[in-house]
Amino acid sequence: MTSSPAITLRGVAKRYSKSGRGETPWWIPWWKRTRLEKVALHALDMDIEAGAITGIIGPNGSGKSTLIRILSTLLLPDTGTATVFGFDVEREPAEIQRLINRVSVEASFFKELTPWENLIYAARLYGRSGTGTRLRATAILDELGLKSEVLDQPMKELSRGQQQKIAIARSFLTAPSLLLLDEPTTGLDPRSKRDVQQLLTRLRAEGSVTVLLCTHDLQEAEALCDRVVMLDEGRIIADGTPAELCRRHGGGEVISLEEVFLRLAGRSLEDDEEGAAE
Amino acid sequence: MSVAGIRFELNAFLGFVERQGNLTKRYWAWELVWFFYSLVSVLSIGYLASGLGTLGLNSSTFSLHQAQLYLLVGSLLWGYLSLVFNDVAYAISWERWEGTIEYTFMAPVKRITHLMGICLWAIVYGMVRAGLVLVAAILLFNIDLRHADLGAAAAILAVSTLPLVGLGILTSVLPLLSPGKGEQLTVAAQGFLLLVSGVYYPLSVLPLPLRIAGQASPLTYTLQGIRDCLLGDRHLGDELPNLLLLGTMGVLLIPLGLAVFGVAERRAKRLGLLKRSG
Repeated sequence: MTSSPAITLRGVAKRYSKSGRGETPWWIPWWKRTRLEKVALHALDMDIEAGAITGIIGPNGSGKSTLIRILSTLLLPDTGTATVFGFDVEREPAEIQRLINRVSVEASFFKELTPWENLIYAARLYGRSGTGTRLRATAILDELGLKSEVLDQPMKELSRGQQQKIAIARSFLTAPSLLLLDEPTTGLDPRSKRDVQQLLTRLRAEGSVTVLLCTHDLQEAEALCDRVVMLDEGRIIADGTPAELCRRHGGGEVISLEEVFLRLAGRSLEDDEEGAAE
Repeated sequence: MSVAGIRFELNAFLGFVERQGNLTKRYWAWELVWFFYSLVSVLSIGYLASGLGTLGLNSSTFSLHQAQLYLLVGSLLWGYLSLVFNDVAYAISWERWEGTIEYTFMAPVKRITHLMGICLWAIVYGMVRAGLVLVAAILLFNIDLRHADLGAAAAILAVSTLPLVGLGILTSVLPLLSPGKGEQLTVAAQGFLLLVSGVYYPLSVLPLPLRIAGQASPLTYTLQGIRDCLLGDRHLGDELPNLLLLGTMGVLLIPLGLAVFGVAERRAKRLGLLKRSG
């Protein structure tokens, strides 16, 4: 690809620290208490090409959401530089914010407001007025298989699948150049999941938007992504097209992405999810 | 800033005002309860003042009517000022409760637009609510405002909004600094303002440290100025020093609030605090 990358990461690292509550006796003053540190991302180097869907795969705590939050300008890296379309996340956040939008695993709306009230609020923050916004919202929802009548019902009365579709409509309303999808289909019913995946398939065919898709669902990644980056404990353990990864790590046999992750990380994503649930 | 930039920010500003209006509309039952609570507070103070005579205070040494007006003005103004202060101070907490904080902070909007949008709605709504309570108080307590300079009182109220907004922005930083304890500190800050600002008594009755704190509070000068105009036969010309002081406090506190907010926002981005769960 000759065009410059949509995202460039050079040595991007992030660690979190929190108070060791329970680890230190109560009489020890707060400034002397032990801090627990957790590395979310080790120095990460990566280029993401424009116009493609890149899947970020990894278990809970692998650093997927940290990466998305850094690119969303909500989190600053401890070291390294991250740029989006050439703009630095730390020094030029406003320029990046105009070009991106995001769908997170939680729909994140004002629950008492209607979807329309939420959407017009979000659209105004990106410089769009009411004119034409409703029509555009209706068109996106129609593509996602959601009737426009829901626009005027309270958000809290909608199912999780319906709320997630409204969240996707919100992100599309602002016509982003980079769409950050943090497990957008987690917890959706099979039909809603298919509707969302179909929309992503269309985006992939058009190549008009760069998509970074964080997912636990390896079948979804295999079907939708041009490229897959596997993260484990804040490090990249594999990077390539789904077909390449399956071939490269198959040792002569054709294996699934799930099998690739199992061989490289020594455990399956499902084990991790079950562990997290317990 | 370019014309397009100003239009962009104005549209976003309208978005925040509209959102606050929609939230007020959707939480109408709570708003009704708060209105009732505010009305009951003012009436209780009014009746308390009416009952002072039965507690052994005789009107030869003490003007019951003046005392009643003094307390009613304090109670009415506190209802308005605390509403505006609350709405601004809870700007961050509210978004965290709803889970929308990440979407608001990743939008390409200047923080002044965000916070001023919230302030404008709070001021308009606060004035309407305080106005309704005032009408009820006038009808129930036969308040005689024939000698009051209402225009001068309104001017003081208008100018006092500036430092109030600045204080609110400064307080809204607390939940940004500490998602766990910031909200509690916001309530404590509001309580402290009530204690030291001469809402129900002159500052002279306070011990010295509290009196000094009261002299630094803009609410003190707001209450003093409005009482002078409503009860003390003073006019706009007499209140110019008060107006100047309040204006100066506003001119200092708003930029200071925004600057502190900027520093706190950057810290929150560094520590990963800009998220719904904190």
